[in-house]
Amino acid sequence: METDDLPVTGTEAARSARRARTDRATAWRRALRWETGLAVLVVFVAVLGSATSSEFLTSGNMFNLAVTTGEVAIMALPMTLIVISGEIDLSVASTLGMSSALLGVLWSDHWPMIAIFVVVAAVGAVAGLVNGLLVTRLGLPSLAVTIGTLALYRGVALILLGAKAISTFPAPYSTIGIIPVPHTDLPWSTLIFVVLAAVAGVVLHATPTGRSIYAMGASPEAARYAGIRVKRIKTLLFVASGVTCALAGVLWTFRLDTAVQNNGLGMELNVVAVVLLAGVSIFGGKGSIPGVVLGVLVFAGIQNALLLTNFNQEATGLVVGGLLLLSVFAPGAGSLAGRIRGKLHGRLSDP
Amino acid sequence: MTLISRRALWAPAILVTATTLLAACSSSSSSSSAAGSSPSSGTSSSAAAAGSLKTGLKVFVIPKNLGNPYFTLSDSVQTGGALAALQTLGENGSETSGTAATAASQLPAVQAAITKGANALIVSAADASALCPTLNAAMQRGITVVTYDSDAPGCRSLFVNQASSTAIGDTEVDMLAAELHDKGDIAIVSAAASATNQNTWIGYMKQELTKYPQMHLVSTVYGNDDPTTSTQVTQGLLQQYPNLAGIISPTTAGILAAAQVLDTPKYRGKIKLTGLGTPGAMKKYVEDGTVQQFELWNPANMGYLAAYAAVNYASKKITNTSGQSFTAGKLGNFTVGADQTILLGPPLVFTKSNIGSFNWGF
Amino acid sequence: MKAIITGQPEQVPERVSSSRRLTERVFQIRESGIVVVLAVFVAVTASVQPRFISAINIQFILLNTTVFALLALGETMVVISRNVDLSVGSVLGLSAYLSASLFGHAHGIPIVVVFLAGLGIGLGCGVVNGLMVSIGRVPSLVVTLATLYIFRGADILIVGGNEVIASTLPPGFTGIPRAAAGGLPYLAIVIAAVIGAGAYYLRSFRSGRELYAIGSSPEAARLAGIPVGRRVFTAFAVSGAIAGIAGVLWAAQYQTVDSSAGTGYELQVIAAVVVGGVAIFGGSGSAIGAALGALLLNTISSALYVLGISQFWDQAIAGFLLLLAITLDRAISVRLAAALRSRSARNGNR
Repeated sequence: METDDLPVTGTEAARSARRARTDRATAWRRALRWETGLAVLVVFVAVLGSATSSEFLTSGNMFNLAVTTGEVAIMALPMTLIVISGEIDLSVASTLGMSSALLGVLWSDHWPMIAIFVVVAAVGAVAGLVNGLLVTRLGLPSLAVTIGTLALYRGVALILLGAKAISTFPAPYSTIGIIPVPHTDLPWSTLIFVVLAAVAGVVLHATPTGRSIYAMGASPEAARYAGIRVKRIKTLLFVASGVTCALAGVLWTFRLDTAVQNNGLGMELNVVAVVLLAGVSIFGGKGSIPGVVLGVLVFAGIQNALLLTNFNQEATGLVVGGLLLLSVFAPGAGSLAGRIRGKLHGRLSDP
Repeated sequence: MTLISRRALWAPAILVTATTLLAACSSSSSSSSAAGSSPSSGTSSSAAAAGSLKTGLKVFVIPKNLGNPYFTLSDSVQTGGALAALQTLGENGSETSGTAATAASQLPAVQAAITKGANALIVSAADASALCPTLNAAMQRGITVVTYDSDAPGCRSLFVNQASSTAIGDTEVDMLAAELHDKGDIAIVSAAASATNQNTWIGYMKQELTKYPQMHLVSTVYGNDDPTTSTQVTQGLLQQYPNLAGIISPTTAGILAAAQVLDTPKYRGKIKLTGLGTPGAMKKYVEDGTVQQFELWNPANMGYLAAYAAVNYASKKITNTSGQSFTAGKLGNFTVGADQTILLGPPLVFTKSNIGSFNWGF
Repeated sequence: MKAIITGQPEQVPERVSSSRRLTERVFQIRESGIVVVLAVFVAVTASVQPRFISAINIQFILLNTTVFALLALGETMVVISRNVDLSVGSVLGLSAYLSASLFGHAHGIPIVVVFLAGLGIGLGCGVVNGLMVSIGRVPSLVVTLATLYIFRGADILIVGGNEVIASTLPPGFTGIPRAAAGGLPYLAIVIAAVIGAGAYYLRSFRSGRELYAIGSSPEAARLAGIPVGRRVFTAFAVSGAIAGIAGVLWAAQYQTVDSSAGTGYELQVIAAVVVGGVAIFGGSGSAIGAALGALLLNTISSALYVLGISQFWDQAIAGFLLLLAITLDRAISVRLAAALRSRSARNGNR
């Protein structure tokens, strides 16, 4: 993910910035093609689901589908921005677990709920700040840092709660997994997701900050030379991720009406899978929020459809894995075929 | 660039809005309530004639997780478990769950079952309270909710308990006491720290221990039903307490790991091990003397009983007040006891002499 | 951190070999750093609880580490080349079940055949990964995340609700992890030798060193004529094969295998590898360091349980150590890069 070749002069920086802009334009076209594919996939899943099960397209089932993937969807939004900027955050599920544990502990200590929300959000921000500072100030690779904080924050959750499970949260909160937003059929987590997606979409696609995020993902050095505050933006992105995951942790805890230390265990790979499925490139510089929304729909739809049709739930893993592979191979399919053909004809001694 | 991005945003935005609207507004021909279609009324609904059970009911068996050998025993047709009973009764039975033994993994399966028009749910709750909102909503819609193996107190009509929790706690301690001649330090290797049934049984074990003043519980450790963790916590016990005389592991994964650690000349027979295990998996350790005796119940019978209880309740043959009784096929008569609980019976003790005769598969 | 790429080892000019000597000395210091931490840790724990260093406990720790140390060897090869293999846990689980179940299906099957079966299964999985990464030119994070799901899904489908039970395994097989001489399991000695051989290969054979070059700068490596695709493919194939063998050993140790074996191991292995000094973006680190990292993490777990510190601190400590390790490594590599640059500037390169 790091580039070794640095443009040294101003004109070179300008040239590479222009190149980055053209690259982004072509990247947009490429992304649009993948997003179209995703949209087709969403329709395909919907058709297949309703063909194999009459209950698939019912409002009740859509509600369940939305509620089940709500937290993963919400966490996927800041993750998308982080990955586009060239980093990754594997500590998302542990931040979720830590805020869930904190919520439980404070609630059992009879703190007022509003105060709990403030504290949990603050702790989430700090968690993200730690990630951000380690990555930007110390220059550590985010993959390794967030594997470390994955263990650290999960450990904090373990220390906070230990063997306890706190349940019986008060009524308006504990039914968010059952009762929709008044006057609609949407669960609260979907409403929050839509709002956050709109915010993220505006930031990423219609502000200079968003353009900067793409630029630093495509070429960190060029971005820096072009005057973009790479470190500040990345740190802010990690903080945003921390706060968002804290929010997801609160939602998760209320939905299950239980704060227990293994809340969200292992979810980080699901979030990464959704983001990759959305066509976001792991190398940075490519991806879009509409893609993430579609990716969430595909992921959720497949899981739900398989459940309804009595296929082994294990098949979900196979399907998600297959789609992931498709998401990386499809865009490069043309050149891949060329390489394989070349190999078969012995034209290339080595790729 | 901005022109392109704005235009490009429209198409996906419209798509997203459309999909959301579609989801929000579409509904099946039946009610528009939040959590799925109303339960189907059974294909050949026999009129509520006195004494006959309904057939054609859609019953979903939802264990803690799929791919778990213990629940394969309790649920499958071949072993005579829940699905076998449902087949005999002429119901439409199927098994579903998640693959991680957590509530978050199990919940979508419960919801899907409700969506598919379940008449009854037979659930082994991965978490005592996390499923409650959904299970309560199910019961409000007339779905029979029966828990088995692991309870969700207050959120079900009936609980089929494989053995009384008091009996399990008492017999575990009594078995070990007999092997230790009533004295020595003992420890417990449990599963997940928050597992309901574990904590209930451990509570009763501690009570029973007061009968043996010369036996002391020095530690309770948690192996999370993971072989590596269970092994490590057992090894840690051995180092921390050199005078440890016995271990109780009331979880099939834990007792296997502990047995594997103790299965060396240094510890075999010197540190007594007992707990809950399946006869096939434990066969080797009983035969080589690492474990003298352990207990369980017949998981298949537990599942079988749960199925009969659910169908009887759904057919309104019984209610969940104490004293109601029904017949569970080949297992005979059962009565609803306190806390809406139906007891399968006393635990089965396995020793070298009888372990060979249990051919459950594992 | 740029590695310096030249021809055969014996033709290395003087100034390059002195840079290499500096690099190697630094890495020796890094590895001995882990040994020092390990020694300090063991000493402190043993002073509080002498039974920590009893023969039986050392045997326990070494045995628990063997599987992870093996996995760390394979993962090191992959990570050094600037890739990552997230599927190792799923491959281990698949291999553990399929190979151990052979004893039940084919009575009297020689143990060697079972090991070969595990090796074959792992190799097959590794080849799939390797082909996709090298020919497909696809990021390994995505590929191995996908195969993590796919192999685990296949495992669950194949195993269903079954398990391999201890009584079907012959004593010769289950005795492999237990055979020991005074606290030192023979298996640990064998694994240590294998890791030593692996480390030697990576350091001293050209194809091994080329993995470092690929990790430092894939483009430069390609320009220098290194067959990048072939090397990366081999790294993944070997990582898979090693995971396959680790699966068989896992079955021998735990004796009961169901569909959940190996779940979650991938992040633990990567943590061990990073603690052991292997840079996550490739180009530096050693297999010995990675194995020591695995040993350190396992020792800490064991110490917590032995000391009776709440086992709930285990994760937090592991996470903290990981962050410490990568900070330290970053500091070292920055200093080392500066030293190498000034050295080559002094010697007139560039």
